[in-house]
Amino acid sequence: MKTTLKLSTILFAIILMSCGGKAENKKEGFSYDKKTPTETQVSNAAEKIPASKKVDLNNKGIGPITSLELPSEINQAMVTHGADVYKKMCTACHRTDKKFIGPAPANILKRRTPEWVMNMILNPEQMTKEDPLAKELLMEFNGAPMANQGLSEEDARAVLEYFRTLK
Amino acid sequence: MKKILTSIIAIVTVLTAFTSCTNSGKTNGKSGALSSNVAEKVYVAPGEHDEFYAFISGGYSGNLTVYGLPSGRMFKEIPVFSQFPTSGYGYSEETKPMLNTSHGFIPWGDSHHPDISQTAGEIDGRFIFINENNTPRIAKIDLKTFETTEIIEVPNSAGNHSSSFVTENTEYVVAGTRFSVPIPQRDMPIKEYKGNFQGALSFISVAPETGNMDIKFQVLMPGFNYDLSHPGRGKSHGWFFFTTYNTEEASTLLEVNASQNDKDFIAAVNWKKIEEYVNNGGGTMMPADYAHNVYDEHTHTATSTMKKEVRVVNPAEVPGAVFFLPTPKSPHGCDVDPSGEYIVGNGKLSANLTVHSFTKMLAAIEGEKFDGEAYGIPILKFEDVLAGSVEQPGLGPLHTEFDGQGNAYTTFFISSEVVKWKLGTWEVIDRKPTYYSVGHLTIPGGNSRKPQGKYMFAMNKITKDRYLPTGPEMEHSAQLYDISGEKMELLLDFPTHGEPHYAAAMRADLIKKRSQKIYNLEDNKHPYAAKSDSETKVVRKGNEVHIYMTTIRSHFSPDNIEGIKLGDKVYFHVTNLEQDFDVPHGFAVLGQNTSELLIMPGQTKTSVWEPTKVGVWPFYCTDFCSALHQEMQGYIRVSPANAATPLKWSMGEDIE
Repeated sequence: MKTTLKLSTILFAIILMSCGGKAENKKEGFSYDKKTPTETQVSNAAEKIPASKKVDLNNKGIGPITSLELPSEINQAMVTHGADVYKKMCTACHRTDKKFIGPAPANILKRRTPEWVMNMILNPEQMTKEDPLAKELLMEFNGAPMANQGLSEEDARAVLEYFRTLK
Repeated sequence: MKKILTSIIAIVTVLTAFTSCTNSGKTNGKSGALSSNVAEKVYVAPGEHDEFYAFISGGYSGNLTVYGLPSGRMFKEIPVFSQFPTSGYGYSEETKPMLNTSHGFIPWGDSHHPDISQTAGEIDGRFIFINENNTPRIAKIDLKTFETTEIIEVPNSAGNHSSSFVTENTEYVVAGTRFSVPIPQRDMPIKEYKGNFQGALSFISVAPETGNMDIKFQVLMPGFNYDLSHPGRGKSHGWFFFTTYNTEEASTLLEVNASQNDKDFIAAVNWKKIEEYVNNGGGTMMPADYAHNVYDEHTHTATSTMKKEVRVVNPAEVPGAVFFLPTPKSPHGCDVDPSGEYIVGNGKLSANLTVHSFTKMLAAIEGEKFDGEAYGIPILKFEDVLAGSVEQPGLGPLHTEFDGQGNAYTTFFISSEVVKWKLGTWEVIDRKPTYYSVGHLTIPGGNSRKPQGKYMFAMNKITKDRYLPTGPEMEHSAQLYDISGEKMELLLDFPTHGEPHYAAAMRADLIKKRSQKIYNLEDNKHPYAAKSDSETKVVRKGNEVHIYMTTIRSHFSPDNIEGIKLGDKVYFHVTNLEQDFDVPHGFAVLGQNTSELLIMPGQTKTSVWEPTKVGVWPFYCTDFCSALHQEMQGYIRVSPANAATPLKWSMGEDIE
């Protein structure tokens, strides 16, 4: 019994000490297992690239848009409308040039097909359940779901045109 | 002693008779649960929808509950006359005006008789109306959103009970007073009731497109109690019928004093005639004081307007507009069959059911066969208007509904049963017990030219042993019966919330296809809406601070706010940016003295918070909205009143 008591006293002291050690850093807070760039991961190289950086120009996604040819010329009227829709419906979670709650749309067409982008806007529930890239994105962005904002196909197309202008 | 013995024997004999009646009914129902697969009849498979909606009044809950039939599952409680912290109704700045009255803000109501709007005598499923009995009001609920969108107070009324029934094109929703009062209200001795008090029957017009309500006129009737009412339909369209009791005009111990006359009346009101009289300038405008509260779907905000006068009509001045039909023994229910020919008066102290004939009533009026008058209103002769009576069907008849196949179903409170009988032959076809002490009953489409039949449910006042006991207070029980056959079949017991008085029910398809899924963000005209992230801000006006806040899965914007001081009145105007079905967000802040908010997609709601303590207080989303719901939170810093903390707000500033 006495031994147990002694042992637990020592153990308690150790705990106290370790706590005390942390307390000194209090002002700066602490960091525990914070996500850092890919080098901390031990898996193979292919998996190290996060979904937001992956390039897949074949996958058209799942949804109402099966084929879309983008004309070479950018339609300015559509861009203006798309920028307006984007501001109203998307800025709660997206910033054009940086990762926010969701990924940045700048240069999206260098990584995705136009069909995929529109399907992600128009059919996010099914995309994040069934499309491999969208599923990975959901996990990369901490499970924050892409919300269905009820855009019409026309509005989604305009948003896509606006995305073409983002560098 | 002998007398007592004799009466005991008499009572026993009567009871035995009743029991045997009940039993004879049961032999058919005995097949019941096992052999006829009753369970299958009420089973709605997971993911499947019910065939009917039932809108059941909450009585003293002040609200309206939505059920599915035949499953008996409850889908929603629609707040109407009572504050509802679940959604913030009556607590949010936008909805507080809905509960405004000429007596000030009233957080509670006693809701009684829902009735669905009609077109050409058929239920159209656009609106449902319901009365508040205690502080007389009529509410309209839009069945597109299942939200209360309008409440009008009824002046000169007291105990708004013979309400809220609609005419066959929803020209009017009608509200009659149960209690007569001095009109206008004044300080006078109660014992001078007789001859001085009056009862107001209010005809509230409903605008065909918008449904906007306005009191077109009030008929000031003699000081009786106007208990229940129903519109004429088909051939009797243009008339409205009200049961009366206390034609004795007693003001005390009505239990005894209002049961002296052998017959009271059903008042038949030719509203078309009065409408014409009023349209030609008839009636007088009298000073009044009543609130008219309207909820605007685009600003998501209600406004309350006090109205200052109302048009009243003295029925004695409109010849041919109002007649009294003598009806035995303090009639309660007043029900009109689908053809509009029969008016059933359920004399609650009578052994028989009295049925009047509309055709005979017109003939009697034509022939001017009057049996005297009451305060200038002609009384018709009982025998001249009587179509027939159902002899000794049970004890304590209250209400009657119809199946559209020529049958009527009447509830009997004292003998706890529903009796099915045939219109025209007045013969009893079947009887089934209820558990216990049934009040109203409902057949889908009941109050219309075309009842939709199939089911009937009885709403009971006493539960006793029907469910697992839950302490002294029990939810009331309702029973669902299959009425598609010759005999009624009991299918299901289900609990109901508050005290359901009446219910309106209808086929689900019409309502279902119109049911709105979201509010369009673009149509949001709320003056404090933030319709995108760039519109979020915090604005100080003296000691008022307005926070234009947005929500979307799974954050608030802004979510860090500083510069609030003790003594400030903080308005959280929260706009839900979601545009997807069934993604509400909630809003709660520590120390919130009102209630949470539950904000539908595209909607803006406001909670006022007056912090009482210095500190950093969290706010969060109360509705589990996504996998990151637990992350949906923020902080608001409250500084001392004299602090110089600058007003600052942000969201995600330290996100890389």
